[in-house]
Amino acid sequence: MAKTLEGYISELQGTRVWRSVFRGGAGANNLRRSLAVQQNVFLHLASVKISRRSLSFRATWFLGTLSLGTFLILAITGILLMLYYHPSVPQAYADMKDLQFVVSAGVFLRNLHRWSAHAMVFLVFAHMFKVFYRGAYRSPREFNWVIGVVLLILTLLLSYTGYLLPWDQLAFWAITVGANLMSSVPVLGQKFRFLMLGGNTVNANALLRFYVLHCVILPLTAAVFLAIHFWRIRKDGGLYTGQGDSK
Amino acid sequence: MTDEKKFVTGLDSDSRRTPLRLAFVTRRTSPQVKVTDDPVVMTYPEGILRAVVAVQSLAIALVVISLIWDAPLEELADPMHTPNPAKAPWYFLGLQELLHYFPPVVAGVIIPGLVVAALIVIPYFNINIEAEGIWLKNRQRRLRIFGAVVVIFSAVMLLFQVYAVLMPTLTIAAFMLAAARSAPDSPVRFRRWLVSKPVAYWVMTWFLVQASVLTIIGTFFRGPGWSWIWPWRS
Repeated sequence: MAKTLEGYISELQGTRVWRSVFRGGAGANNLRRSLAVQQNVFLHLASVKISRRSLSFRATWFLGTLSLGTFLILAITGILLMLYYHPSVPQAYADMKDLQFVVSAGVFLRNLHRWSAHAMVFLVFAHMFKVFYRGAYRSPREFNWVIGVVLLILTLLLSYTGYLLPWDQLAFWAITVGANLMSSVPVLGQKFRFLMLGGNTVNANALLRFYVLHCVILPLTAAVFLAIHFWRIRKDGGLYTGQGDSK
Repeated sequence: MTDEKKFVTGLDSDSRRTPLRLAFVTRRTSPQVKVTDDPVVMTYPEGILRAVVAVQSLAIALVVISLIWDAPLEELADPMHTPNPAKAPWYFLGLQELLHYFPPVVAGVIIPGLVVAALIVIPYFNINIEAEGIWLKNRQRRLRIFGAVVVIFSAVMLLFQVYAVLMPTLTIAAFMLAAARSAPDSPVRFRRWLVSKPVAYWVMTWFLVQASVLTIIGTFFRGPGWSWIWPWRS
């Protein structure tokens, strides 16, 4: 009798190599399913069991999950874009034109990165308001709300630093407007502005600094805070299910 | 009865030499897990699968959007040639709109600083933790405070001619007054809903409406010299 696909999969899951990678092993019982989460460095941030109520669409609108989704899409498309991009003046702009006319699917890549970035800013804001209106920020989840505010600011900074990178008129003047706003901070404003731009105006130094911030410092910082954010969900007793709420 | 302790405490990291261990479980240090009779399911596959489907749907939507609309790309950056108007990214246009009315230190530093500070303290702001309707207790006193706040705030906005802030504020205030004039057992469902809303809800809603209105104005209704334009009449 021919083996079914399932048979092949469970045989694969029983092999020594598979077991060395995924210690959980084969079989569809709840122990295996628990181990699948618990033994995985990424999934173990989540608890093994989750309340059924918090899984309903009504509870979260999946806004947090979707925010993570945009972050992942942005990381992948961002790394691919880095292969075609030089953070120098005026080569950065020439690279935009190359993406448009030379690189296969270059326009699509840039479109996906740009629209995902806007979607992420929007989704993160929406996530915040949804959490607020559900009252999910209340004790014991106070600190995770604060982590969320940090992530909101990181999202805005990521988007803002990325805005300069095409080095077109839109980018240049948007960053100039933002940087001028910063110089209105009392006492330290001018210093902050100089530190951020690497000069007194938006120039090649600013482009390099924004590039490093956008591609290295901010994504890594965001990843660390994301990990804390997810881990705290488990530590604070799982997703908010609205128990104890009269509504 | 004896007062003699049944254990000794000490500091030793070598578990072979001193194998005895004592665990102190103190209050508020353990993971905060409440026991509930809420039905639970396995995270894998129930939760993971839903997350994957959600992210996949989003990815498909974004791919379709990216195939249809191209990201904007203007001319090469030219520090000698300022576009009119020069606009920040859309999520900062609310602030840029405020910059039109207030000095930079107010619009660029004090207001965003206050917003971030307010967001951080929200969960620690223990007033009204039961989230009961604002008008259900001390109605007269609260109405007086509310009236004073709205009048002073509106007067300042009028002084600076910030109608983009004044109008949404008065709209929210009107809804709050409607809530104050509604009974918890009103036959109208909308009134029952209004009266059940706590003060935190009203403040956040005011912030949401305000931020949206300012952002929309900054994005669509501002032209050369930050003058008012109608987007359909370009």
